[in-house]
Amino acid sequence: MSYVFQFGVVTDNLPRLLSGALLTIELSALAMVGGLSVAICCAFLKLWGPRPVRWIIHGYVEAIRNTPFLVQLFIIFFSLPAIGVRLDANHAALLGMVVNLGAYATEIVRAGIESVPRGQTEAGRALGLSRLQVFRFIILFPAIKAVFPALASQFILLMLGSSIVSAISAQELTAITNTLQSTTFRAFEFYFAATLIYLLMALGFRGAFAAFYWLVFARERRG
Amino acid sequence: MMTRDFGLSELLFVLGAMRWTILLSLIAFACGCVIGLLVAVLRTVPFAPLRWLMTGYIQLFQGTPVLMQLFIAFYGIAVLFGVQLSPWPAVTIAFTLYAAAFLGEIWRGCIQAIPRGQWEAGRSLALNYADLLRFIILPQAFRIAIAPTVGFMVQLIKGTSIAAIIGFIELTRAGQLMVNVTFQPMIVYPVIACCYFALCWPLSVLSQRLEKRIDAGLTQNASV
Repeated sequence: MSYVFQFGVVTDNLPRLLSGALLTIELSALAMVGGLSVAICCAFLKLWGPRPVRWIIHGYVEAIRNTPFLVQLFIIFFSLPAIGVRLDANHAALLGMVVNLGAYATEIVRAGIESVPRGQTEAGRALGLSRLQVFRFIILFPAIKAVFPALASQFILLMLGSSIVSAISAQELTAITNTLQSTTFRAFEFYFAATLIYLLMALGFRGAFAAFYWLVFARERRG
Repeated sequence: MMTRDFGLSELLFVLGAMRWTILLSLIAFACGCVIGLLVAVLRTVPFAPLRWLMTGYIQLFQGTPVLMQLFIAFYGIAVLFGVQLSPWPAVTIAFTLYAAAFLGEIWRGCIQAIPRGQWEAGRSLALNYADLLRFIILPQAFRIAIAPTVGFMVQLIKGTSIAAIIGFIELTRAGQLMVNVTFQPMIVYPVIACCYFALCWPLSVLSQRLEKRIDAGLTQNASV
C-alpha cells in the first residue's frame, strides 16, 4: 500500500460538497412532508375508502415496496417522457422520493391508526362527528405518535436512499462527490468525506426527530 | 437509423441477467448471515467494549448510504491497492457488510426479546455463556427471527440494483443496456420492475404470513 492520502483537496472543495448536502437535505425534507401527506391520505382511504380505491392503494403500496428505488426513478425520469411527462432531474428525484416514501409510510401510518382503540372511533361517531372529523381530530394524532419512531427511521432511510438520485443526475451530495472525484482523481478521500457527511446528517436528523417528538408528543402527555 | 425493438431475445437477455441479481443477493445474504450472527451475539455479550464496537459498526453501516459503501469498496480498493478489480469483489464485500449490519441489528432484537427468565434459568443450570446461547437462547430467537429476516431479503434484492451504477451487470444494468439499444424505456423499465416484483413479492407475502403465524403462536403460549 503505497497510496498517499491527500485530504487537502477535500477541504478545498468543502463548500461544493456542502452545497450538495444542502440539496440532499432540501429534497429529503420536501419528500418527508409530501410522502407523509400521501401516506395519511392513502392510509385513510385504505381503511375506510370504497373497495376499488382500497385495491388501488394496496396495489400502489405493494408495487413500490417490491421494486427497487433506482428502477422507480428510471421509470419516472426515462419512461414518463415517452408519454409526454417531462421532468427535470431534481423534480423527478423529488417525485420519486415522495412516491417511494408514500408507499412505505402508508403501511406505517395504517398500523398506527389500527393501534388506536376502536372505542375512540365509536365515541367520536356517537358525538355526531363525521368519519373524516373522527379521523382528523381523534385518531390521527395518537396514531402518528404511536408510530413516530418507525416513521423517523423510514425518513432517515429515505435521506440515505436519496444518494441514488445521483444516477439520474440530480446534483445532490453523491453527484457532486462523483464530479469532484473524477476531476481530482482523489476517489477515496472524496467518498470518505461524503460518507462522513451522510453519517452526520443521519445523526442530525435522528436528533431533530427526537427533539420534534419531545416538543410535539411527549410534552402533551404531561400537560 | 437502425434500432431494435424490445422483442423476445431482449426479454431473454433481461431474464438471463436476473441470475446475477439472484446470485449476488444469495452470496451477500449467506456471508451476511455468518457475520451478522457474530455481530448479533457480540452485541449481547457481557463485555462492554465489544458491544460498543459492534454498535459502532451497525451505526456506521445503517447511517450511511449503501451507494457510498459501494463506491468506497469499488474505487477505494482500486486506489488503495493500485489495482482495478472487476466489480464482483467490490459488490460482494459491500453488500455482505451491509447485510451483516442489518441482520446483526435484527437478530440482536430477537435475542434480547427472549425473556430474562430463560437466561437466568440457563445460568442456574450452570451453563456457560456459549452453551446458554447455543441450547437455550438462539433456538428460540431463531423462531422469531425468521419473518423479519425474510423481509430483509426483499430489501437486499432491491438493494442490489444499485450495483448497476458501478457497471455490475445484473437486472437493472441489463435494463439500461436494453434501453440503449432499443430506445424504448417505456417498455423496458416497467419490465425490469415486473422482474423485481416477481422476485420480491412472494418473499414479502411469505414474511407477512410467517409473522402472523408467529404472532398467533405467541398469543397462544401466553394464554396457556
